[in-house]
Amino acid sequence: MKKWLPYLLFASTVLSVTALLATSANGQEHESQEPFPKVENAAWHSECSGCHMLYHPALLPTRSWKKIMGGLDQHFGENASLDAAQREEITRFLTSHAADRQLNARSRRIVQSIPPDDAPLRFSSTLYFIAHHDEIPNTLYQRKSIGSASHCAACHHGAEQGEFSESTVRIPR
Amino acid sequence: MRNVFASCLCLAALNAPAAPFQELLGQYETQARQENPAFNGFSAARGKRFYEEKRVASSGRQSGCFDCHSPNPAQPGKTHANKIIDPMAVSANSKRFTDLQKTEKWFRRNCADLIGRACTAQEKGDFIEFLAHYK
Repeated sequence: MKKWLPYLLFASTVLSVTALLATSANGQEHESQEPFPKVENAAWHSECSGCHMLYHPALLPTRSWKKIMGGLDQHFGENASLDAAQREEITRFLTSHAADRQLNARSRRIVQSIPPDDAPLRFSSTLYFIAHHDEIPNTLYQRKSIGSASHCAACHHGAEQGEFSESTVRIPR
Repeated sequence: MRNVFASCLCLAALNAPAAPFQELLGQYETQARQENPAFNGFSAARGKRFYEEKRVASSGRQSGCFDCHSPNPAQPGKTHANKIIDPMAVSANSKRFTDLQKTEKWFRRNCADLIGRACTAQEKGDFIEFLAHYK
């Protein structure tokens, strides 16, 4: 066996793995630029945007939406209760378009980032969010023009329509 | 001729539709009379005290109507999630108190949160009386 053969094999393996990683990273990058599918429901639109921005159902899994809609009388410290008919209609809408019912790459990755026994109430507490905002210091969210990490639309101007691609991000001063 | 003109003006005044908030106030007045036979009308001054009162929300947070709706009700307010709330004063927002369902929904939520019970028709009427005439 030639002495240099193992080195050659090692080098080619490194090169092909690197190439593979680069391709899949580009693939992910490309896939995750897709906006969420357009969805609409009048009750969801009017009732869920009275106090905060409108969150797309594809941001959280079914179990999170069920938990949120089951606790509206204590909704992040405020009473956001609805009558039974509206609550049921909005729950049906949110769960039928939830992240775990979506085929898009971003929703799949969001779901993968949540432990199966967890039902987060905030998208900003998911590992997906944290990993994708690791370069953002906490002080930036506290800017008056932003307020908090839950105000997606401050930087992602198409957030309410499900558009989160990095190329459309504009961080306000 | 002058008389004819004057009586026309008079008729126009009689036929002028009541401001939409009057309709809501009328409904709260009926309820208030049922809740309290000694009901003696709504008071903007009581409504002002109610609006400005410092309260503790069910979350433990120091709050009050003015907290989200702005101490000056002719100005827009802001929710804790940074969403602008249109002014409460009818003089600054003519849509305010024109929809009974919406008005009731917010009284139901905010009274439970800030007072820990449902508001009485008297309290609701005083509140609207204050905001309907706020300049």
